[in-house]
Amino acid sequence: MSATTASRDVPGIYHKAGSLRSERRWAMWWAYVSLIVAAIIFLAPPFYMLLTSFKTNAEIADHSLNPWWIRAPTIEHYAAILSNPIFIRFFINSVIVTGCVVVLTMVISVLAAFALARMRFWGSQVLATGVFLTYLVPDTLLFIPLYQIVGGLGLLNSIWGLVLVYPTLTVPFCTWIMIGYFASIPKELDEAALIDGANWMQMLMKIFVPVAMPGIIAATIFAFTVSWAAFVYPTAFVTTAEQMPLTIGVVSQLVRGDTFAWGQIMAGALMAALPPVIIYAFLMDYYIAGLTAGATKG
Amino acid sequence: MAEVSLRRIVKAYEGDVQAVKGINLEIADHEFVVLVGPSGCGKSTTLRMIAGLEEITAGDIAIGGTVVNDIPPRDRDIAMVFQNYALYPHMSVYDNMAFGLTLRKFPKAEIDKRVKEAARILDITPLLERKPKALSGGQRQRVAMGRAIVRDPKVFLFDEPLSNLDAKLRVQMRTEIKKVHQTVNTTTIYVTHDQVEAMTLADRVVVMNHGIIEQVGPPQELYHNPATKFVAGFIGSPAMNFIPARLEETSGALRLMLPDGATLNVPEARVARYRSHAGKPVLFGIRPEHLTDDKPTDKTNPAPLTLTPEVIEPMGMETLAHFRIDGAEVSARLDPATPAAVGQPLRLIAHMDQMHIIDPTNDKVL
Ligand SMILES: Nc1ncnc2c1ncn2[C@@H]1O[C@H](COP(=O)(O)OP(=O)(O)O)[C@@H](O)[C@H]1O
Ligand SMILES: [Mg+2]
Repeated sequence: MSATTASRDVPGIYHKAGSLRSERRWAMWWAYVSLIVAAIIFLAPPFYMLLTSFKTNAEIADHSLNPWWIRAPTIEHYAAILSNPIFIRFFINSVIVTGCVVVLTMVISVLAAFALARMRFWGSQVLATGVFLTYLVPDTLLFIPLYQIVGGLGLLNSIWGLVLVYPTLTVPFCTWIMIGYFASIPKELDEAALIDGANWMQMLMKIFVPVAMPGIIAATIFAFTVSWAAFVYPTAFVTTAEQMPLTIGVVSQLVRGDTFAWGQIMAGALMAALPPVIIYAFLMDYYIAGLTAGATKG
Repeated sequence: MAEVSLRRIVKAYEGDVQAVKGINLEIADHEFVVLVGPSGCGKSTTLRMIAGLEEITAGDIAIGGTVVNDIPPRDRDIAMVFQNYALYPHMSVYDNMAFGLTLRKFPKAEIDKRVKEAARILDITPLLERKPKALSGGQRQRVAMGRAIVRDPKVFLFDEPLSNLDAKLRVQMRTEIKKVHQTVNTTTIYVTHDQVEAMTLADRVVVMNHGIIEQVGPPQELYHNPATKFVAGFIGSPAMNFIPARLEETSGALRLMLPDGATLNVPEARVARYRSHAGKPVLFGIRPEHLTDDKPTDKTNPAPLTLTPEVIEPMGMETLAHFRIDGAEVSARLDPATPAAVGQPLRLIAHMDQMHIIDPTNDKVL
């Protein structure tokens, strides 16, 4: 009697374990399928750009050909862009603007986040929420009033106007990320530093900044990406080629009326996208660590 | 010169919650004082006010004779060890210990000397290059202490430094802390909720409850002469038994009438002390170690008590027996050789010279 119950139980257990394992396998399957689909969707446009950038103008214009195949590969578009001094100018402008904006953003948002996360003062909570709300205002709404301000300062049509304006896009979000990071640092750590003799600035520079390094890297990458890829503000505020960053420079030089120099646009856009890709690849580990930590704490 | 004085210290948090309600305490130079009490009684708040991490609502705190109410923590010349150690995670053990000295612009050679000396005292020399995350709990605790020692401050403050360690390590580190204090001899204020830690470490124990100090005294004094029911029940393990009783006077002698009908004679030496409470209900307090089994070899049993055990717990070197007298739980420590069994009436002896009588109207020990 007891033997039969036992033998009946055993397959039951195995069945349970088996179903668990097969559930896991299904989950894996779905994960892979959806990731592959997502990867195709996201990578198809840049891949198409890459193909186009190596085609001759004639081949691009010929609609009867298979667009996913290059018949006569050429680097003429790349050569044209790299030999044109105005594109070098665009690139330098982008580097200057982005470099300044990243530094400005990080200085402002680290200081602001430290104050909002650690110095409890009247209204600090409201202010912290307010910082985040400003992030929700889109730049397409802001550029008209900002045009007035930048114009009043005499910085229209200048990269320095952009350096002034981009932080409105980057500072709120970076501050928010950093508040989350700083808030996750145990209170005892600043108290220990306080007793050890640190003032606020030393506490920030010697304890908070090094401990929150992944967050600082994540915020830096964000600021870099946003200001490197900014389109609305430079379109609105810059009109001379000399002062344009890459994003609008490529378009302004290569779209003449309704003539699109597709090959060069693609080559230029791909080269413009290269610096963020390099930086991502370089800091990927930190960036992912940063995103997840920010997600659970912020 | 590093005595610490607290004078009528009050701490009120928002919403009129008084965490500390006007306490007075004088701590002598080189003294090791332990603040002990249940969770939420205001120990940490008191310690943090001494450290300068918490503002004082009212009163004065003086360290080494100087009132420090408005002096920031870094200028109070104190060092603190936190429950979660609060080591700087990005710095090596060496840098963790050197940090305070570096900020104070000590010469490199002096810093090196002090860090190495502290590491030697704490036996962590091989760990100096490691990061905190590569250390065990006990090692982190040592580093946290090292960080305090290198500063050579006027006062050490400890807030439940051993609570995060497992039981065995806790006992070991307790000895370690005592040794360190004997070596460096710095005035120490130590907060814990564990009365055993308090008793073993302290020169003087400060028992706190609900934001007030119940009693201050050397461990033995708190054990033998508790001032209040709270202290009597808090110090000692297992806790003191409290049995509701009545004091009756007959022809000059006092007797305690227990609710189960038993009567116990009050020793003559104590009669004068309790006489004014004759005829009134009182609480009879007796520690389990003073309620033992009556051995037939003993001459006479001046205070016999026959009780029926509900639970028997053999501990090896002793056996704990739990009884019930009219609803009050009572425990006794028995000789492990005594054949005690649940449900079998057991004759006990109450050591009346060690008992306490408590006035239930104000919970003061008479
Ligand atoms: N920041 C605070 N705000 C409000 N109440 C607090 C704060 N810190 C502590 N308290 C309250 O003060 C009382 C004493 O706390 P504490 O000193 O931490 O107790 P403990 O003796 O356990 O260390 C508790 O009732 C606690 O809830
Ligand atoms: Mg506490």
